[in-house]
Amino acid sequence: MNPSKKVNSKSIRRNRLIAYTFLLPSIIGFVLFILGPVIASFLMSFTSWNGFGVVEFIGLDNYKQLLSDENFKISFINSILFMVISVPITLFLSMIIAVALNQGIRFVKVFRTAVFLPYVTATIAVAAVWQLIFNPTMGPINGALMKFGIEQPPGWLSSPTWALISVSIVYIWHSVGYYMILFLAGLQGIPDYLYEAAELDGAGPVRKFFNITVPMLSPVLFFTTIIGIINSFKIFDLIYVLTGGGPGRSTHVLVYDIYNTAFKQFEYGYASAMAYVLFMLILIISIIQFRGQKKWVNY
Amino acid sequence: MELMNLATEAPVYTANAKRKKKISIGKMFRYLVIILVSLAMVLPFVWMISASLKAETEIFGFPIKWIPETFRWENYKNVWTTVPFHLYYLNTLKIAVITTILVIINSSLAGYAFAKIKFPESNKIFFIYVATMMIPYQVMMIPQFMLMNELGLVNSHWSLIILGTVNPFGVFLFRQFFLSIPDELLEAARIDGLNEFGIYWRIIMPLSKPAIATLVIFSFMHSWNDFLGPLIYLTSDNLYTLQLGIQHFITEYNTEYSLLMAAAVSAVIPTIIVYFLAQDHFIKGVASSGIK
Repeated sequence: MNPSKKVNSKSIRRNRLIAYTFLLPSIIGFVLFILGPVIASFLMSFTSWNGFGVVEFIGLDNYKQLLSDENFKISFINSILFMVISVPITLFLSMIIAVALNQGIRFVKVFRTAVFLPYVTATIAVAAVWQLIFNPTMGPINGALMKFGIEQPPGWLSSPTWALISVSIVYIWHSVGYYMILFLAGLQGIPDYLYEAAELDGAGPVRKFFNITVPMLSPVLFFTTIIGIINSFKIFDLIYVLTGGGPGRSTHVLVYDIYNTAFKQFEYGYASAMAYVLFMLILIISIIQFRGQKKWVNY
Repeated sequence: MELMNLATEAPVYTANAKRKKKISIGKMFRYLVIILVSLAMVLPFVWMISASLKAETEIFGFPIKWIPETFRWENYKNVWTTVPFHLYYLNTLKIAVITTILVIINSSLAGYAFAKIKFPESNKIFFIYVATMMIPYQVMMIPQFMLMNELGLVNSHWSLIILGTVNPFGVFLFRQFFLSIPDELLEAARIDGLNEFGIYWRIIMPLSKPAIATLVIFSFMHSWNDFLGPLIYLTSDNLYTLQLGIQHFITEYNTEYSLLMAAAVSAVIPTIIVYFLAQDHFIKGVASSGIK
């Protein structure tokens, strides 16, 4: 039945040659700038290298030091806090907006554009605007609060208790549009007949939402939760421009710390260990979610 | 367009006339929510534009004066003369355009090999590509920088272009898209005597405009808005990108608020224009990044 082995292996060799010709530029780039660095920084995390001199292997010392590093602990907690504040609100808001937009509303395109616009604009310019809006003495937010009789409105970005929340507000404002689009795409995959059948059975809008929309959206919800968490751990631009990690260390997050340790203090080994902790954190959270998805995601 | 059509054609709850009154209340509530949210999204932009045209003393205060007493267009003139924005624009545009062209070529070639050529290691290599997509940039950041340093590309736009070109997401996107193109088409072309590169270039690529559009948008937007990359690699201010330029402007002129807002408007306008020109591609691109 089969063509002779000789021909087969010849055609494999030929295909291989063609495939690797197509892949050549991509693989070179991938090995040099992605796979190589991923391995290199793993090895570096076991050294005390600072860019000069001899590379000294120090075993797990960097990781041990991280455990007792108060500043790292603060950044770690801040990153988790930031995720806990911003991800649920972002997903909830974007889902509500998407559901509302998906139900025979006029001017859908106008509203969609309004919600999506912040996502298109660069965080740096947008941060400059929010810095003024949040200005504790002169900004429009506190202007309004004082007008409504609140005598001591929060100091927002300059208050250690409010800074992380302020950054979250800007972050939510900036990213809601992105998740809204993902939800809208998911909503359009829900067949109309499900709603029609539910209506025949006398289901109201609330029941239709919880019994049809939410379960049918669960794959999208699962995806957006994972992406949302990963993205929230990567926040850097907004922190850099809005607070610079301050006041005190109240908005120090992991990525901000990694950047400073690597490119301000040139502790490459230590920064690599921090980056790997971030990676492990993301990995563990994703694995937990993948494990748990069977319970609530409908495919 | 499709998204928007579908959105308007989506189920409307007007099933029976009895519930009509209740329905219209629900609908009003929906409009209220959407209008409020949209306002919250847009107001910071309006405030920014208004502040950029005001005198320094007029910016703050409540209630907000949305329309400036006199339009001070000279704020823009002042910003553009104190900061070489035209240079920042050109730098950013150069990086974004070259990166986008290279990433399309590079990713589609690789995607073609993974999707349409049968070779033994295909799946294994592709799996490694996909696995790295989850790894945060910070993990690769330091060795990448050291390598670029060795190559003499630090403080050059090419470091950013190269890093933008190496993009497993692009390969993933093209592979998935190419898989949906039937093999029979390729067989027919082969019988007609086209070689493998000819098939890729003349048959597959012209069919892949949606995938190309998606990657163009992502790559362009990423290059345009990237901040951490330029912050790490660019040190001379004649090489700055727009984002880096704005950030320096913020730290140096952080008390001249109206100028700062004029700078922010100048930075934001181009992406907004591009968005309005390619709106539907944008939305589809973002949506397809999620459903696949």
